[in-house]
Amino acid sequence: MLNFIARRLLQLIPTLFFVSVLIFSLQQLLPGDPATIMAGEERDPEVIAQIRHQYRLEQPIPVQYVYWVKGVLSGDLGESMRIHVPVRDLVLEKLPVTAQLAGMAIIIALVIGVGAGIVSAVKKNSAWDYAANGLALWGISTPNFWLGIMLIFLFSVKLEWLPASGYVPLTEDWKASLAATIMPAFVLGNSIAAVLMRHTRSAMLQVLDSDYVRTARAKGLSERTVIFKHAMRNALTPVITLGALELGTLLSGTVLTEQIFTIPGFGKLIVDSVFNRDYAVVQGVVLVTATMYITLNLIADVAYILVNPRLRES
Amino acid sequence: MADAMLTASLMKPVESVETPARRALRRLVRRRGALLGLAIIVLFVALAIFAPFVTPYDPTAQSWTSVRKAPSLLHWFGTDDLGRDQLTRVIYGARASLAAGVISVGIAMGVGVPLGLAAGYLGGWLDALIGRVTDAMLACPYLILAIALAAFLGPSLGNAMIAIGVATTPIYIRLTRGQVLTVKVEEYVEAARAVGNPRWRIAIVHILPNILPALLVQATLSIAAAIIAEASLSFLGLGQQPPAPSWGSMLNSAQRFLINAPWMAVWPGLAIFLTVLSFNLLGDGLRDALDPRQR
Repeated sequence: MLNFIARRLLQLIPTLFFVSVLIFSLQQLLPGDPATIMAGEERDPEVIAQIRHQYRLEQPIPVQYVYWVKGVLSGDLGESMRIHVPVRDLVLEKLPVTAQLAGMAIIIALVIGVGAGIVSAVKKNSAWDYAANGLALWGISTPNFWLGIMLIFLFSVKLEWLPASGYVPLTEDWKASLAATIMPAFVLGNSIAAVLMRHTRSAMLQVLDSDYVRTARAKGLSERTVIFKHAMRNALTPVITLGALELGTLLSGTVLTEQIFTIPGFGKLIVDSVFNRDYAVVQGVVLVTATMYITLNLIADVAYILVNPRLRES
Repeated sequence: MADAMLTASLMKPVESVETPARRALRRLVRRRGALLGLAIIVLFVALAIFAPFVTPYDPTAQSWTSVRKAPSLLHWFGTDDLGRDQLTRVIYGARASLAAGVISVGIAMGVGVPLGLAAGYLGGWLDALIGRVTDAMLACPYLILAIALAAFLGPSLGNAMIAIGVATTPIYIRLTRGQVLTVKVEEYVEAARAVGNPRWRIAIVHILPNILPALLVQATLSIAAAIIAEASLSFLGLGQQPPAPSWGSMLNSAQRFLINAPWMAVWPGLAIFLTVLSFNLLGDGLRDALDPRQR
């Protein structure tokens, strides 16, 4: 077990190295002189010189990279060109907001996705199954931002039940916080629920067809016990790993969702910095997002082994 | 009796042996969902190509006398905040979306498939290197990578296509490599190697055609994802630039007029939904039709 974790951690090193190279090279895509572009509209020669010095743009690219990585490893993700705040502080400030949103989205996705998946597998080829499959197809095909706009129209403009935008921290007023985040969390959870539903359905179908479930039924256990105690436990293990891959969708989704609902989280930080041409922030945020994604996937892999006794022993 | 049947089956004309492509087509035709998807895609493609003949309006022509008019006989989908006909803009918007879907997936396949072929077939250090770069790209969430690329390249439809294409590429590298690893141990590849074919010829003539079905399914599903990605980038202002119509940018302006002109948000969103749904339906149908296990 420990060997496995150690091996997985070692595998992360080359991945993280290439991720850092990839994100660093984004800067090379800027058409023309990066310092002039980063300096913004005014093109103040002093600012340009300062940027050139700060990012060591006068040095060869590999040297620039080494300095950048050194900074990143010591927790220095650079500084926002616009508001002159360390990117690390910006990230730490926005992270709890996105974490709350993502957490709620995962709960919604699990409840809808796993629930619908189990129902459609247990009642295979029934109206329930068709409805759940239709729901999954809808979830995969609906663009997040359109669903968000339509929900705002329905629940904020027409019914006036929920606020259309804004954010209240959980610690300040939990009711207002939930009211402000329930719609964006649903939007985020919707497409993930669809994928989880498909995975759960196929895993459940496989398990329900297995010998031990037949045995459980044959010895007279109630259908409820067979499904929830015997089948579900095994069916949900692969869903963990496959579901973890959806965390990327979740992180991507926050960009548009936070933009639509004006939630000051991670996603909105990326968009705002893109428009302010605050490239250091874009690089920093993408790096943090990629690292988070890799770490969460690692945790999911370990969790998969932990809940699967056969793998745990080997 | 058995002899007679055997003779009859042996005497069957050679033409009646079904080719894999024909079998896949026959099975695809049986799937109503996939056919519906294909029909909607054909409709959208036709609308995009023949847009000037379908609608009498200019997609960029503003009219201050018909600002934010609700749907009517004159303007079936209503008009937007600048008095432009929404139906016309949805029809012309199909051009940007479909082109972005097809071209970005073309870029991804053009780069990803050769790299995947090389990694899978040649193996060794090249495989290791390509594998690590692919891992790194897949570690950046798809849309975030596309946004970052589009941001650094500069906002335009062309750059959005490149950004989406690059962000999609690792999927093709990994898929092609995996498929090549399965196919390259087959006997016919072994035979091709034994008769002295050069490696490039084996890869292109013997391996590539056999991994095409998997690539075709993935391409259909990737187009759906690319259309959503293009709409997302345009929604954020990083794709198609105004006044040229695109579904994403139409939704962006619609968001500001939800109270007075909700129809502005309905139609472009519905168009994205229908197109993406159609590609997903077709992709699912193709996957089932091309799956050798379901023969």
